[in-house]
Amino acid sequence: MKRKTISLLTQVAIVATLLSGCGSANPDAAQTEASTEKVTETEASKEAEPAAETTQETAEPITITYANFNASGGNEATLNSMYQAFHEQNPDITVEIETIAMDDYFTTLQTRIAGGTAPDCFEMNIENFAAYASKGILAELSEVDTSSLNQTALSAFSYGGKQYALPENFSTVILVYNKDLFDQAGIDYPTSSWTREDVDKAAEAIRALGDNIFGIYQPVTYNEFYKVAAQYGGSLISEDGSKFTINSPENIAALQSMVDRVQKTNVQPTAEQMGGMGDWDLFESGRLGMIPTGTWCFNTFTEACDFAWDICVEPGQTQKATHFFANALVVNNDASDAAKVAAQKWISFLSSSDEAAKIRLDAGWDLPALSDMNALSSYLEITPPDNRKAVFESLDSLVLPPIITDYSQMSDIISNAVSKAASGESSPEEALNEAQKLCEEQITLQ
Amino acid sequence: MTKEKKKILQAIPFMLPSFIGMIIFSFLPIIMATALSMTDWSGLEKFTIHTIPDHFVGFQNYIQLLTREEFWSTLLHVLYYIVLYIPLGFLLSMVIALVLNTEKRFTGVMRVLFYIPVLTSWVAASLIWKWVLSSQYGVINSVIGVFGMKGPDWLTNKYWAMPGIVLASVWKDMGYYGLYIFGGLRGIDPTYYEAAKVDGAGKMWTLFSVTMPLLSPTLFYCLIMSLINAFQLFPQVQIMTEGGPNGATQVMVERIYTYAFSYFKMGYAAAYSWLLFVIILLLTLIQLKLQKVWVHYES
Repeated sequence: MKRKTISLLTQVAIVATLLSGCGSANPDAAQTEASTEKVTETEASKEAEPAAETTQETAEPITITYANFNASGGNEATLNSMYQAFHEQNPDITVEIETIAMDDYFTTLQTRIAGGTAPDCFEMNIENFAAYASKGILAELSEVDTSSLNQTALSAFSYGGKQYALPENFSTVILVYNKDLFDQAGIDYPTSSWTREDVDKAAEAIRALGDNIFGIYQPVTYNEFYKVAAQYGGSLISEDGSKFTINSPENIAALQSMVDRVQKTNVQPTAEQMGGMGDWDLFESGRLGMIPTGTWCFNTFTEACDFAWDICVEPGQTQKATHFFANALVVNNDASDAAKVAAQKWISFLSSSDEAAKIRLDAGWDLPALSDMNALSSYLEITPPDNRKAVFESLDSLVLPPIITDYSQMSDIISNAVSKAASGESSPEEALNEAQKLCEEQITLQ
Repeated sequence: MTKEKKKILQAIPFMLPSFIGMIIFSFLPIIMATALSMTDWSGLEKFTIHTIPDHFVGFQNYIQLLTREEFWSTLLHVLYYIVLYIPLGFLLSMVIALVLNTEKRFTGVMRVLFYIPVLTSWVAASLIWKWVLSSQYGVINSVIGVFGMKGPDWLTNKYWAMPGIVLASVWKDMGYYGLYIFGGLRGIDPTYYEAAKVDGAGKMWTLFSVTMPLLSPTLFYCLIMSLINAFQLFPQVQIMTEGGPNGATQVMVERIYTYAFSYFKMGYAAAYSWLLFVIILLLTLIQLKLQKVWVHYES
């Protein structure tokens, strides 16, 4: 009898575990989910609402919801002061702001869209933009003035000829270099007229300074690859967007040059030589000559580097190509018409108003995606880096990632392929042929 | 008979809350996942009553999964993990249980120490193990270096990455299974040992003829649980290697998560999780059959 009971209990326990299924069996998972903060500004609206109702000209008071990730981790108050400025101008529009940490943002958003409870307007990044636009989730923005916005940034967020998002901020990638190491090696500092070959020569001179000193770190990843490919005149997808061109001769040459730095000249550390260290850590430790990285490194490097450093526009090969990253603001296509109008006013204020731009810059948050550089002049005055204007110079040679629905899947496939080439497991040509094959097999281009 | 019926009727209101919970959080999702696995729904569009008929694709997801290399390679990676994890994990859990069972001076403290990793969050543990396993600066390779040998490139070499993850997992889980086995040891009637002693059995003989058979139900439970958990391997991989190097530690649950929330292929992900379920179910059924051979229930 006892035997039967134990056996039965065991089986019940097993079945229960099976049923609890493929989800995390790990209670710790809950802890990793960052907290979701909700900032609601109802107080201010309550005072304003009666006033708005009495005036005939203003529209019905409306409350809209706005979700974002970019303000999480330090800029909640900045966003809130932008809202205060907006609400003063539009007392009849109340915005409920929800700030969600980046790690949870897109899963939360996806679940809410599927459940029909998505916010009226929200923040979007370039990786997910096309997928959302192609599924009809985003409303076309018909009532916004886009004239003051950076046109490259704007074009990154149109899909099928329609504008679905307003770029909110931007950052670019520049070449950051350690001046002290250049001095020690007795070579000239990089300039905007350099090519990748000049970079290679400088990197070799710096590598010669010591066993533990490296010339450059440009990770062999998807993001760097599509940019270097463009520097060689290549691209991932044909111009008409109909087919993949991942294994084109230009792309193979580009990947070869990236891999050679690791495998052949070893001016760039291998994964083993890095030993789990981060690339910024390596630069901050003063053992790395050059690193192409984002403008968001400035504050960290200013604090962490006890040597002189500066920046320049990233050198190209047959042409220059520099990274461009932007977040954008979108309106939910499922929102009511009134909410759509109000939401467009709000996101338009956030992305292109002088007030919002000023608050954004004063808080040192990030760069608003405006075309008028004068509005950004205060940004240029901060040093280091001395050559901060290179951030704007790099805007002349932007390259955008291909805007396709299966963006994440494509970038993962290519990432895998290029890292195989980086580790020497396969040649650049083999790796890109495989990526081409997998992309053709698993992704349908519209 | 009527008394029995009355009893059941009385019990129903008390059972209802947990039944409702089961229906909402277990049965409905299972039915939904089955239906979704036959669609190409992205998980992005609003879910309505038309979603499933509109996106119905039959068994296409299953066919694609089984014909693409990815599914088989992730399965292989999980099996590689299991082959290393289960023996090592059991050996060390057993050692812990036996140490705890000796009732020496510090066993109380030891019990706590062994259990601390179990309570640690996987995120924190993975981050620490990433450093412990660093090929250049890590503790393990430094120790190996003391003996004049060069340690492997844990986590960055495609053959050594999975063993690295196994080490971290064993460290984290051995306290849990150790405590279970310890409980099993405590449950053994001491008269058996006395009888063995009287019969002149040595320590080894006692271990294999008395302890092991009486412990086998506990071991069986631990084996099944650890196998199911092993197939659901995910957080440590995600943090320690992110499936790398070059996809060498890509595992099934990671793929399911990625397809559902990053590639927006919810249907494909649902099919993937059904295949995972079937694999776990089959292995568990095989084990339930095999238990007749080695699991000894006290009668």
